[in-house]
Amino acid sequence: MTLNFGNPNRPNSYIGKTVPRPNAPKLVEGRGRYVDDITLPRMVHVAFVRSPFAHARITGIDTTEAEAARGVLRVFTGADLAAVCTPWVGVLAHLKGLKSPPEHPMAVDRACWVGEPVVAVVATSRAAAEDGAALVDVDYDPLPVVTDMMTALDKDTPVLHPEMGDNLAFRRQHEEGDTDKAFATAHKVVSARFTTARHTGVTLEPRSILVDWNPADGQMTAYHATQAPHMIQTVLAKHLDLPEGRVRVICGDVGGSYGIKVHVYPDEVATAAIAKVMGRPVKFIADRLESFTTDIHARDHQIEAKIAVDETGKILGFDVDDWTAIGAYSVYPRTSAMEGNQVVNLCGGPYDFANYRASTTVVFQNKTPTCQYRAVGHPIAVAITEGLVDMAAAELGIDPVEIRRRNMYADDAYPVTSPAKMRFEGLSHHASMDKLLSLMDYDALRVDQAEARKRGVHRGIGIASFIELTNPSPFMYGIGGARISAQDGCTVRMDPDGSIVALSGVTEQGQGTEAMLSQIVAEGVGVSPSKVRIITGDTQVTPYGGGTWASRGAGIGGEAALRSAMALRDSILDVAAAMLQSDKSKLDIRDGEVVDADTGASRMPLEELGRIVYFRGDTLPKDLPRELVQTRHYITSEYPFAFTNGVQASYLEVDTDTGIVTLLKHWCVEDCGRIINPQLVDEQIRGGIVQGLGGALFEEIHYDAEGQLLNGSMADYLVPMAAEMPDMIIGHVETPTKESTLGAKGAGEAGTAGAPAAVMNAINDALRPLGAQVTHMPFTPERILRALGTIDD
Amino acid sequence: MSDSFRAKVDIALTVNGEPVEARVPAGRHLIDFLRLDLGLTGAHASCEHGVCGACTVRVDGDAVRGCLTLAAQLDGSEVWTVEGLSDTAEIRVLQDAFVARNALQCGFCTPGMLVAAQELLHRRPIPDRAAIREHLSGNYCRCTGYEAIVDAVEDTLRKCADEDMA
Repeated sequence: MTLNFGNPNRPNSYIGKTVPRPNAPKLVEGRGRYVDDITLPRMVHVAFVRSPFAHARITGIDTTEAEAARGVLRVFTGADLAAVCTPWVGVLAHLKGLKSPPEHPMAVDRACWVGEPVVAVVATSRAAAEDGAALVDVDYDPLPVVTDMMTALDKDTPVLHPEMGDNLAFRRQHEEGDTDKAFATAHKVVSARFTTARHTGVTLEPRSILVDWNPADGQMTAYHATQAPHMIQTVLAKHLDLPEGRVRVICGDVGGSYGIKVHVYPDEVATAAIAKVMGRPVKFIADRLESFTTDIHARDHQIEAKIAVDETGKILGFDVDDWTAIGAYSVYPRTSAMEGNQVVNLCGGPYDFANYRASTTVVFQNKTPTCQYRAVGHPIAVAITEGLVDMAAAELGIDPVEIRRRNMYADDAYPVTSPAKMRFEGLSHHASMDKLLSLMDYDALRVDQAEARKRGVHRGIGIASFIELTNPSPFMYGIGGARISAQDGCTVRMDPDGSIVALSGVTEQGQGTEAMLSQIVAEGVGVSPSKVRIITGDTQVTPYGGGTWASRGAGIGGEAALRSAMALRDSILDVAAAMLQSDKSKLDIRDGEVVDADTGASRMPLEELGRIVYFRGDTLPKDLPRELVQTRHYITSEYPFAFTNGVQASYLEVDTDTGIVTLLKHWCVEDCGRIINPQLVDEQIRGGIVQGLGGALFEEIHYDAEGQLLNGSMADYLVPMAAEMPDMIIGHVETPTKESTLGAKGAGEAGTAGAPAAVMNAINDALRPLGAQVTHMPFTPERILRALGTIDD
Repeated sequence: MSDSFRAKVDIALTVNGEPVEARVPAGRHLIDFLRLDLGLTGAHASCEHGVCGACTVRVDGDAVRGCLTLAAQLDGSEVWTVEGLSDTAEIRVLQDAFVARNALQCGFCTPGMLVAAQELLHRRPIPDRAAIREHLSGNYCRCTGYEAIVDAVEDTLRKCADEDMA
C-alpha cells in the first residue's frame, strides 16, 4: 500500500492535519506525572555536597556530624561510589584525537569545577539530606584554575589533567579548495570576531531521577527525566555491573529537555549507585542552583572568521577559526567536542562556494562541562556565516536578500556535497526565501524602516538562511563507538475492541510525539487517532531505540510507526479476507471498519474482527495467520543526516540612548519535509526561536577568573519572558526526504539555529548608519552602547 | 517554649474546598505542603525563589508563589490549586483554549500559568496582547515561545466577554 499524501481527501487522512495532542488535557489539569511526583515505599532522598572551588585537591572528608544528623541514613564519598561504579570516558573514535580523563560519579580526590559532586548524603527527606550535607566537612587544597579558553594552550597555563599532557581536548582542521588563493585574489575580504556566550537550557523541571533497586527481583528501575531511556539503561547496566535486561528506565512526563536531558550526569549515576548499595528507592531532584552549576552548558565559542567575495557578491570562500572550551570533562557518551565539530560542518551551509577552511579547537577548563544543547553548533555557524554575508553585502552595497540569492544553491541543484563534505538530498533555499519575503512584505518593511529613520528611530531588518541537521544515522555516534541507537522501532497491536496500541522507542518531552505518532498509526492502520493509544518511555516495553533528540522523533520514530501500522493493516486484512471470503485487494480499512475498497461500503467493524480473532478463533481457518501485532524498525541508510533548511527574519528597534533592543516581529520559513501536524511544527519552531532570541539578547552564564559561577539563579540568568517576545509568523516549504515513505525531516532545531543571526543582522542593520557593529552575544544594552561609543571605559 | 519559637505549627485551612488540618514544620513552604503532605502535585517547584511562577496557586483569591509562602501562615486560608480549579470547572474554558492552541508543550509551567492567567479573566476592559504578555511575565515558559499562550488567553477573554454580553 502506498499513501497518496498529495490528496487531502484520501481515506484516513490524518498525516498533515492538526489534531489535538492526546496528553495535553492531562497536563492542563495538573495530572501529569513527572519524576518528582512519584513517591515509592521506603523511598529516601539524596543531596550532594558540591565543590565550592573550581579546582581543588580533596585532602580530607569528615562525615561524622552529618551521619549523626536527624533523618540522615548514610553518607557516601567519591571513593565509596568508585568501589561500586566504574568510571567512564567521553570520547568517540571518529573524532580523531579527542581525549578526556576517566570520570567518576563523584570526585574521588580532586574537584574540577564549582558544583562537581563530592559527597552524597542520604536521608528520609530532601530537607534532612540538605541539613546533613551542610554538616559534612571537606578539606580542600585549592589548585590553579584554567578559565580562559584562548590562553588554555599557552605554555605557562597549568595543565588541568596532567596525564593528558596539555589542555587540548580536540582539534579538527578542514580544508577544501585553495582558500589562501581565493582570499589573496578576492575583490573584497571581510573579517570579524564573533563571541557566543555560555548558555544553559533552564528546563523548568530540573534534572530528576528516582532509582529503585530491588535485590529480590534483581532488577533496577529508574524513573528518569531523560530523552534517551535506552541509552541510560545501557549506561547504568554497564557501569553498575548489571545485566542490561535487568535495568528498566521509565521516562514519563518530562518537563522540558532541549538536549539538556540527553546526557549522563555524574550525580544521576551516583543516585543509581546509591540505590544499588542501599537496596531501596533513592530520589534526586536537582535544585535550581544545582541546575545552573551542573546541567550541561553550551555555546561558549570565540571565532575569528572571514569571507572572500568577488565584485558581484559571489562568495569565493570562508575561513573560520573556532575556539571553544568544554569545561573539565568531555561529557559521556556523546562527547563535548561535537559542537565545535558541527561549527566546521555547518559554516557556509546554504551557499555554493568552492574554497573553505575551518578549524575548531576544543580545550579543557575548570568550568561546568558543556555538551549538546538544542541546535548543536547551529546558532554559532549560522551567526558566523550570515554575519559575514551581511557584512560583505554592506561593503559591496548589495541588498542582503540579493547577495543571498546570488549564492544559495539552486533549488534544482540537488543532490549536492558541500565544501564541508555535508551531503544535501534536497533543499529549498530560494523557495523558502520567496515565501519569507512575501510573508514579511520585505519591501514595505524597508519603507517603514526608512521612514522611522527620518524620525530618529533606528530599526533594522535581519535575514538569516540556515541548514539544519536532523534524522541522524549511525554516522553521528555509532561509528564513534557510542551505544546510542540511530534506529528506532514501533510495535503496533490491535486489541479485541478494535483499538490500537502503539509502543515506540522515541519519547515525549512536550514536542507532541504522542500526537504525531497517533496520527501516523491512525492513517497507517485506518482508524481515527482517538482510537490509538501511544506508549513511550519504558525500556521494558517499547522497542529499543534512540529516543528523542537531534530532531529524530518524526523522521525516524514516525517512519517506524508508519511501517508497523501498515504491516498491521495488512495482517488485519488477511484475517478480514478469510472471514469475508473476499479478495484482500478488494478490502480496505477506513475509520475503524473493514470496507469494500471500491465503494467504501461497510463490511465489518474492527471490533467484530477483534472479537472473532481473540475469542472465536475456532471459526477461522486452522492455518490462517492471525498476528494482530506487528513491529518494524527504521534507520536511515542513504544519507548520514536529513538536512533541512530555512530562513528567518527579525524586525527590531534599537534605542540608541539606552542600548535596549525591542523585538517588533519575527518570521521563519522552514522546510522540514513532510509535515505531520502543522500546529505542532509551528510551535516547535516558535519555541526554538525564543530560545535563540534568548541567546541573542539575554542568556549568558558568567564566571569570574577563579571559575566561580556568578549568576546561578533564574533572577540572574535572564531568559525571555512573555513581555519581551514578539509575535512570530511561521511559513513552510515541503521537500519530503525520499529516504522514507513518510518523508519527514526534523523541525526541532530550526528556530534556535537561525534566530540569533537574524537578530544580530537586524541590530547591525539598524546601527550601520551610525558606524557601529556588534558581534558579541548576547547583545546587551551595555554591548550596544559600547559599539556606539557611548560607553568607552 | 513560647509560641513564636515553635518548630511546628498547627493550621486549619481549606484546600480545593476541602477542610485540612495539619501540623507543619515552621519552615515548610506552601508548595512543599501541597506536594509532599497533600499529594497535590499539579503545582510545581522549579526556581524556588519566586521568579518562575511554576508553583503559582490561589490563596484567598490571589495568585501567589507557593515557594515564597509558608504553610504556617495559612491558618484559616482558602487555597486552590489546579486540581481543584479543574474539578470545579472554573478554568475549563481557559484549559480548553490551551489545548486547542497547543499553548503548552512539556506542561510543567502550565498549572502555574493557568492560575496566573485566570486572574485576568475578571478584568475589564479586555486587556490587549501587550497587557496579557505583561501580566504573564511572572511565569516562565521555556518551550512554547509564549505566543500560543497569549493567543489562548486572548481567546478566552473574548469568549468570556461575549458570554457577559449575552
